[in-house]
Amino acid sequence: MATPLLKLTGINKSFGPIDVLHDISLEVNGGEVLCLLGDNGAGKSTLIKILSGVHKATSGAIEMDGKPVAFASPREASDYGIATVHQFGGTFPLMSIGRSFFVGREPTKGAGPFKIFDRKRANEIAVKAVQDLGITRIDDGDRLVGGLSGGERQALAIARAVYFGASVLILDEPTAALGVKEAAHVLKIVLQARQKGIAVIFITHNVVHALTVGDHFAVLIRGAKAADFRKGEKSREEITDLMAGGEHMAELEAEIEGYMATHEGHPPAVGS
Amino acid sequence: MGNLFRRPEAGALLGLVAVLIFFTIFGGINFLQINGGLSSWLNVAASLGIIAIPVGLLMIAGELDVSVGAMVPAGAMLTAVIGGHYGLPIWLGIAATLAFGVLVGLVNGLMVVRTAVPSLIVTLGSLFAIQGMLLGLTVLVTKSTSVALKTEGLAKAVFGDFTTLLELFPPGQLQAIVIWWIIFASIYVYFVHWTPYGNWIFAMGGDKVSARNAGIPTDKVTITLFVLSAVSAAFVGMCQAILFNTAQVGGGQSFIFNSIIAVVVGGVLLTGGFGSVIGIFFGTITFAIVNQGIYYTNFDRNWSSLIIGVLLLAAVLMNNTFRKLALSYVPRLKKGAV
Repeated sequence: MATPLLKLTGINKSFGPIDVLHDISLEVNGGEVLCLLGDNGAGKSTLIKILSGVHKATSGAIEMDGKPVAFASPREASDYGIATVHQFGGTFPLMSIGRSFFVGREPTKGAGPFKIFDRKRANEIAVKAVQDLGITRIDDGDRLVGGLSGGERQALAIARAVYFGASVLILDEPTAALGVKEAAHVLKIVLQARQKGIAVIFITHNVVHALTVGDHFAVLIRGAKAADFRKGEKSREEITDLMAGGEHMAELEAEIEGYMATHEGHPPAVGS
Repeated sequence: MGNLFRRPEAGALLGLVAVLIFFTIFGGINFLQINGGLSSWLNVAASLGIIAIPVGLLMIAGELDVSVGAMVPAGAMLTAVIGGHYGLPIWLGIAATLAFGVLVGLVNGLMVVRTAVPSLIVTLGSLFAIQGMLLGLTVLVTKSTSVALKTEGLAKAVFGDFTTLLELFPPGQLQAIVIWWIIFASIYVYFVHWTPYGNWIFAMGGDKVSARNAGIPTDKVTITLFVLSAVSAAFVGMCQAILFNTAQVGGGQSFIFNSIIAVVVGGVLLTGGFGSVIGIFFGTITFAIVNQGIYYTNFDRNWSSLIIGVLLLAAVLMNNTFRKLALSYVPRLKKGAV
């Protein structure tokens, strides 16, 4: 097998005395979707912060294309082609589509001290990039990002990452805040990014969404990798149980059913 | 027309028209006539406007600067002490005043960037520190709280004299600082709305962390903006000292709230990320007209603050409406969209 595009070996991270990540090893290939599953607090966010250069790992190695790399800042990570899209996508709600698309990399026209922001070109490129991902409703680059729907904002953020040549695309719970239809559209966009040969790391706790797009799955439990398997190797129930910490889910279900049988079909009161 | 109402300055423009009509009816004076009230409000607007634009840019970037209230009298006093009390060349006083502005701006900016303390608190601290230092040092050096200054020649003509603006205005009415205001405002419009730097300021106000991750040198931009506001306030103080031939340790505090009012009336969002230089420009004019217009009416001028307060609230509500309009704007619906 070819060298993986991104390879983590034995990543540990502790904040003072608290160990957040323990010995995480992962491989992601180009044109593949790795789903990172885990409950809240499992360490998913810390792991992506290490990948995107926000935190430094306490120990362990990161390799890209077989060469060891270290990210001192988010800027360095993005120079290596790692792009992160957060849950709410576009983070500048009061900026226009064209302007927010090019934040920090503004296209200019003119020369010397009279270089001015090329609004027309910025708008054209941004609108085209989003339309290429199937969002045809966006056709005016002067619209404000805050006026877009959640799915459109995700699409805009992913389009931006793809346009600026991301080779690894990290999506942090992109579907968590979306409705069913919009989530389906974002999943379609994820598959399009995969088709372009981009390695996608898809963070979610929605097993259905993960199974729809994932090629490769890793489950994190309390900072450690609990399972690592490929598509078709585990069923949806098995994955849910794994995420919830082993057999706990089935036990809990049995417990609730037992309670309801003895209490005329009422579920147990929360907090009792 | 529809496009205009989605711009940040839409509310400011309407507010300006409203106060013009109001004072034309109640004051019986045309504020746009040269022999009417034109120079009276232009003079007020110029001093305020030079400070309001950088204060507004800071607000767009998500920061506040209230230390301008101390920088105006400090700039005036520094110019007067060097040029008047010590009798040194006025250009030395001007250079020292502007250098002091740069220094205070650097300190404000560095403290905001290095500590996580909100800029309101940092600049509130420097406001009081500068005021205290100003009073203490002035009394120590000159044994007085007011220093006289006599300026002649080019410095007087350029910074602190009246201008007829090529015979357009009657002599002794229009202050030279009005021309500086127009020049500064044009430069700001160019940099903020035409070059990439403006984009950085708006992105920082939208989300500082994302802006930094996108590669914007947020610390440098923040410090630069604080330097601009401190230097601008010192500049206005210097011009006032040269114009009035005197400097006092007190005064200047009105610039704190007046600049914030001008900026907010001008359509800048208090929490950052939205606004425009043109809007601040209109907001400043609106404020100046209300401030001066009351003298031309039969109203008791004790009421002027009431009008400014109502104006501020009305402007904010109007600006909120226009911002929502801009956010919900969809050009035309197409079938088969998401």
